[in-house]
Amino acid sequence: MWDLISNSVYASILLSIAIAIIGSLIVINKTTAITGSIAHGSFGGIGLAMFLGSSIILTTSAFTIVLAIILAFITIKFPHRKDSLIGVIWAVGMSIGIIFLSLTPGYQSDALSYLFGNILLVENRDLIFMGIIDSLILISIIFLYNRFLAMSYDREFLTLRGINANMLYTYFLILTSLTIVMSVRAIGIILILALFTIPALIAEKFTKKFFSMMIVSGILGLVFMVGGIIISFYYDISPTPTIVIIAGVALILSLLKK
Amino acid sequence: MTAVEVKNLYFKYEKEWILEDINFTLKDKEFMAIIGPNGGGKTTLLKILLGFLNPNKGEIKIYSKSPKESREIIGYVPQHTNFSLDLPITVFDIVLQGRLKKRKFFYNQKDKQKANEVLENLKIKNLKNKKIKDLSGGQRQKVLIARALVSEPKLLIMDEPTSAIDPSGQKEILDLIESFNVTRIVVSHDIKILLRNVDKIAYIHKKATIHEGPKLNIPKDKHFCEVELIDFLKDENCGI
Repeated sequence: MWDLISNSVYASILLSIAIAIIGSLIVINKTTAITGSIAHGSFGGIGLAMFLGSSIILTTSAFTIVLAIILAFITIKFPHRKDSLIGVIWAVGMSIGIIFLSLTPGYQSDALSYLFGNILLVENRDLIFMGIIDSLILISIIFLYNRFLAMSYDREFLTLRGINANMLYTYFLILTSLTIVMSVRAIGIILILALFTIPALIAEKFTKKFFSMMIVSGILGLVFMVGGIIISFYYDISPTPTIVIIAGVALILSLLKK
Repeated sequence: MTAVEVKNLYFKYEKEWILEDINFTLKDKEFMAIIGPNGGGKTTLLKILLGFLNPNKGEIKIYSKSPKESREIIGYVPQHTNFSLDLPITVFDIVLQGRLKKRKFFYNQKDKQKANEVLENLKIKNLKNKKIKDLSGGQRQKVLIARALVSEPKLLIMDEPTSAIDPSGQKEILDLIESFNVTRIVVSHDIKILLRNVDKIAYIHKKATIHEGPKLNIPKDKHFCEVELIDFLKDENCGI
């Protein structure tokens, strides 16, 4: 059994680091819709990579970084219209992906696997990419923890302290986009949002400090993923929806506690 | 020493002039109240002073520098109602944010010491490890004042510091502001501030009517007298 699930367990550990840090930042910065937009828009990068025959990881990373920069610009410059514009990017990104796939000869079944993901199919090269992005996230949080926290609480005040809050916010969205790319194979575009927000939402309720929130959400993410992998393995069901359902039940239980 | 100098300031939003020909100066350690009706331009003026908006015409100097250049010496206190209460952040974490600087990534011992000192002075050290959600409106406002003070500002700018706070909390906040030994600008729609020891009153209603102390030297503006002023001050100051 271990041979069959070992990569997925390693992937869970690596993903839980991103869930802890980026997931918590997504929740406290209220950027869930933006994350959804980048995640769905990333399908454009996947379609483009298949059309060009280029590396999916590199092409999708470049594509989602561009989306993150556009979304940062939109949310900063047009705060009153950001809701609609986020939705537009969401749909346009996916449409680009579908068009490129339809232009690509042959049946691209692999592209559809990115929609729902499968953590049991994670390969060694995916683990390496996850490790690289995790390292970047860890270095960023070590140096930028105080700034990210200040940005989440009061971006205007951060600007007054002489720090470029818009640049920091754009960097956070770029980290989010890279996190999405590293997770897309394992979790899938459609379910990514749940796994990145549910552990942080539960953790936020029970912690007093942001640091503790990150630790708790990382542990919860890992428990949900490993639990989902084991259940899906024994009952021969799809792992990612199983993980999301476990997380969803935990969220409901946490909401019942006052 | 001149702390703030505003000369012939004009600000237009789309086609409408929001501020027209605003002029005032404020000396070091003086206390100015900016009052006026909603939509009169108070918040716009505050954003210009903070360097978030650029005027169409005119000049502003804060300790001889432009607002953007003088940000390090400005302590800003926004309204406590602007912030999410769900954030897992303690009072101490918020206060420390006042010590952030452009090339500074970590807080040192001196920053923590200063934050403790300010919390002690504002008599809220007991709240240090509390989550912001668990505080009253008055306590939250004090935390934001502490965050501004911890940066050791020369100019303190406060936006409606007594809004959404109970009367005893309002008195406490105003007592505190009055006691600070720095230049202060308080934007308020609460004209009880005029009962305080303010050195200058700027009544902003597109244009500014500036009145220098003593206190209760109320602007003789028709709109202000008829609409804004509370009854017991009307009799004394407007002859109504």
